[in-house]
Amino acid sequence: MNKIIKFIKSLFFLEILKGLKITGQKLSKEPITIQYPEEKTPLSSRFRGLHALRKYPNGEERCIGCKLCEAVCPALAISIDTEERSDKTRRTTKYEIDLFKCIYCGFCEEACPVDAIVETGIFEYHFERRKDSVMNKLDLLKIGDMYEKEELKDRERNKL
Amino acid sequence: MSDYKNFTMNFGPQHPAAHGVLRLILEMDGEVIRSADPHIGLLHRATEKLAESKPYNQNIGYMDRLDYVSMMCNEHAYVLAIEDIMKLDIPERSKYIRVMFDEITRILNHLLWLGAHALDIGAMSVFLYAFREREDLMDCYEAVSGTRMHATYYRPGGVSKDLPNVMPKYMLNKNQNLDQVEKLNYNREGSLLDFIESFIDRFPKNVDEYENLLTDNRIWKQRTVGIGVVSPERAVDLGFTGPMLRGSGIEWDLRKKQPYEIYKDLEFDIPVGTEGDSYDRYLVRMQEMRESARIIKQCCNWLKTDNGEYISSNYKIAPPDRDDMKESMESLIHHFKLFSEGYCLPVGETYACVEAPKGEFGIYLISDGANKPYRLKIRAPGFPHLASLDEMAKGHMLSDVVTIIGTQDIVFGEIDR
Repeated sequence: MNKIIKFIKSLFFLEILKGLKITGQKLSKEPITIQYPEEKTPLSSRFRGLHALRKYPNGEERCIGCKLCEAVCPALAISIDTEERSDKTRRTTKYEIDLFKCIYCGFCEEACPVDAIVETGIFEYHFERRKDSVMNKLDLLKIGDMYEKEELKDRERNKL
Repeated sequence: MSDYKNFTMNFGPQHPAAHGVLRLILEMDGEVIRSADPHIGLLHRATEKLAESKPYNQNIGYMDRLDYVSMMCNEHAYVLAIEDIMKLDIPERSKYIRVMFDEITRILNHLLWLGAHALDIGAMSVFLYAFREREDLMDCYEAVSGTRMHATYYRPGGVSKDLPNVMPKYMLNKNQNLDQVEKLNYNREGSLLDFIESFIDRFPKNVDEYENLLTDNRIWKQRTVGIGVVSPERAVDLGFTGPMLRGSGIEWDLRKKQPYEIYKDLEFDIPVGTEGDSYDRYLVRMQEMRESARIIKQCCNWLKTDNGEYISSNYKIAPPDRDDMKESMESLIHHFKLFSEGYCLPVGETYACVEAPKGEFGIYLISDGANKPYRLKIRAPGFPHLASLDEMAKGHMLSDVVTIIGTQDIVFGEIDR
């Protein structure tokens, strides 16, 4: 008896039809495709993308050159030089991140005692010249200015 | 006598069915394999040596990159090894978070394996469906750690961040109206745990869908039944672990045999095969996904009722609270010490292993009392599996090599490390 059922099942391609039913049903369903770049997938407030250096609301740069991020970076992607300014405070003269070395682990952000270096939600960027992959202090501060609003919003959401 | 000789053929390293950078030297007798010789090392990054030059915490990120489809499980073995040498007890909540993400990782890995395996054999839709589900799990990764793959989430002493109470949402855009966006966000209103729960509720149905497509399908059966048979004795001798061993009928699972974290409190079963062929290993992995869903469900329920600490409050190992660090001098010193020098482990050695999706992933760690490992050895489950490729492929046809590579679930990140 079992043999007959098996024979009929295989004769009429029943298991293939079962599969075709599943794929066929998808025809009437709405596609789940995201039409990037017009549509985007959700981005977490903890996302670790392109780096930025932040400033205080009064325009003073936050980074005090403690070099903790340089010490903690597993990929040795950060290099910093510091100098004492005329107002006796210490600030960086060179702050470079090599984005080809960076593994985006987020340790620099975690280590920074003054919330200066952050990893923003920017994940779409490119370089046109080879040396562009090494971001210097000015680039980083510029991204920080651009991204400050989103950064504050992300911080609010992370506290929830 | 005939002048015909066996000919050798290069399979890979750029072959699309070779799963990464596998290079196989196949000795062929017509279309029958006489021997298969895998050449490895094309993805060697010296992770073990690299680890000897970095403080303990800085190596976590490199563990993700070993088996790059089961990221958090690799981290888990590494932090377990450190905690074992330190004899550090971690908060209950972090144990549950770790187990939950281990199982999410298992589903992630098995979905990729299923999709790629089916695609190799000729079934396209399963790949697309599997990646649809993977996307949601990647979102869980991103919500909790900030990256979709290389999470760097586990830390000695717990996990780096607590579970978020809000899920990121789809934004309004010029292609979609408010209704459409709200529809996309239907399961993102609550916390991450709600999101995971809604995933787990519908996931068994998705597995049914894959099974309907494949399990009885005659093409699938013709390509997998009786291919790459390994007897239980040989499987043990060859050093198989994970689904490869269980497919041969041996009930061995580290989560049951030497339970770590809180696995002994959880209810789940170990699926076991009977024949030891590719089809049985497929069935075992499908069932494992269902069991993982069961475990995640239990963890979710527990985590919802708990508000404990997610990382140890031993500031020699885990950083103090960020707000504290800005107020108190002692916390600031701890913070600086931890992120510059790290911490020193007592002299000793240990072997810590977890049941990674592919099998036993182990870390053998020797500490000489410094703030970085004296020696770190990685036991990758894929290595012994690949070593048996010759034995499994012998006598099969060329197209079956693809099945066997698929069924071994090979990832070169961990084999070449």
